[in-house]
Amino acid sequence: MAKRLHPRISNLKGPSLGRPVTDDDGRTRFGRDRGVSSRTVLGLLVAASLTVITVDAAGGDDSPVGRARTVVGNVIGPIESGTAVAVRPLREAGGYFTRNDDLRADVARLAAQNSQLRSAAEQVSLDRNRLAELDGLTRTANETGYALVAARVVGMGPMQSFSRTVTIDAGSSSGVREDMTVLSNDGLVGRVISATRTTANVLLVLDTDSVVGGRLGSNMEIGFLRGRGVTGDRGRLDLDLVDNSVTPSKGDVVVTWGSQNGVPYVAGIPIGTVESVYSTPRELAKRAVIDPLVDFTSLDVVGVVVPRRTQGDRIVLNGSAKSGSRSGAQAGVRDGADEGEDNR
Amino acid sequence: MNIPRTGMVAIVIVLAVVLQVAVLNLIAVNGVVPNLALVVVVAASVARGPQFGATVGFCAGLLLDLAPPADHVAGRWALAFVLVAILAGRVRADARRSPIAGLATVAVCSFIATSVFALSGVVLGDHALPAGEMLGVIGIALLWDVAVAPLLLPGLMALFERTRSRELVH
Repeated sequence: MAKRLHPRISNLKGPSLGRPVTDDDGRTRFGRDRGVSSRTVLGLLVAASLTVITVDAAGGDDSPVGRARTVVGNVIGPIESGTAVAVRPLREAGGYFTRNDDLRADVARLAAQNSQLRSAAEQVSLDRNRLAELDGLTRTANETGYALVAARVVGMGPMQSFSRTVTIDAGSSSGVREDMTVLSNDGLVGRVISATRTTANVLLVLDTDSVVGGRLGSNMEIGFLRGRGVTGDRGRLDLDLVDNSVTPSKGDVVVTWGSQNGVPYVAGIPIGTVESVYSTPRELAKRAVIDPLVDFTSLDVVGVVVPRRTQGDRIVLNGSAKSGSRSGAQAGVRDGADEGEDNR
Repeated sequence: MNIPRTGMVAIVIVLAVVLQVAVLNLIAVNGVVPNLALVVVVAASVARGPQFGATVGFCAGLLLDLAPPADHVAGRWALAFVLVAILAGRVRADARRSPIAGLATVAVCSFIATSVFALSGVVLGDHALPAGEMLGVIGIALLWDVAVAPLLLPGLMALFERTRSRELVH
């Protein structure tokens, strides 16, 4: 496969890496930096890598590496978006290969699920009415309803990097900023850690660096959820409860606890269910293993929680409108909306 | 420096990184995808020697460190790729002897690159996982890289060799 070397060139080689000089080495050096020893260049490259690591690890948000990251994001982000759009049919093609048996099994399972859900829905109609009333009251009282910008996942960081981050195709031009909550139909996805003009990076709750304040649905106890850094079937979160005496029960739903002004997480977003509870002799507190509601291996459409009346180049979904105005999608169509954000 | 040649190498690097991030998660196993950038670096180093390989490795690593959605400390992949480029460059005469030797080079480089990246994370306290999980990821990554190497290595090496012979004609 490799082309054999041209013997004519072999006399042009320079000094080599302390090994017998071969055609290969001489060839490599020819035409570039012949005066500089190869070893010096290699040393410089290693040193350069270490320098970048040091600068980035030591520097804060305004380090030169941060700026380089933004520049690269602005260039590579749109390329990633374009590529993701181009291969989207490929992603959907997987469904065509589902076999008849699988489909039959799916129908049976869904029918069973449907009847179960229907009976449940009939039972809870009364509760639901009361809840709707209460919900409406709360919302009018403090405007906890939020607006969403819909986005699609265009890039997923490889697990080899040991961090669980994804790129979405909405950025600051759509009003997406750092420290905004990202959710999907099923529940909490993560938070925005950086945004360029057209893309934003999202730290998934599964990441080991992610800590989310959580609240147990059954008894309102609060705790902290930490990611384990693994996606796929084994993607789990650890819940440390603040109150040591409380034991979470299996199947209990954990929702976000929320922080001031909804930064970085708004309150009341479901995260997952309690899978098991364990305690270690060393620690007083009990820990619960949480099975997230979101399937992180097949993330596609997500919503970013933005302040109400955000205007950008994308449609802003104002989920529950304030008193008087109609609920539904409200389009904010204005370009270059860097100044379009309107905080409550 | 020959501009078309440099441009072509740059396109290969960008393509590898973009495909790895935007497309290959279709076939990810536990989030682990084939490390195309690593295969490019090994091909460059085996085809053209450690100096060229390390330069490609530094650029590809830095791009992987900076391109979205990367969030880890920048320079970690750059360091890992420069080190494997040096290694692959040292064994390039053996690596070219047979396809199996080439695959073995990719396997060793994959193991070393992911391990160096993982260890740098442990040292910096940056996205470190428990050792068992890390080894699992390193193992899957190695299998992926060995799986895609036969498809990519010959083509990439031919490409890098071609850019060189053109340079020599000038």
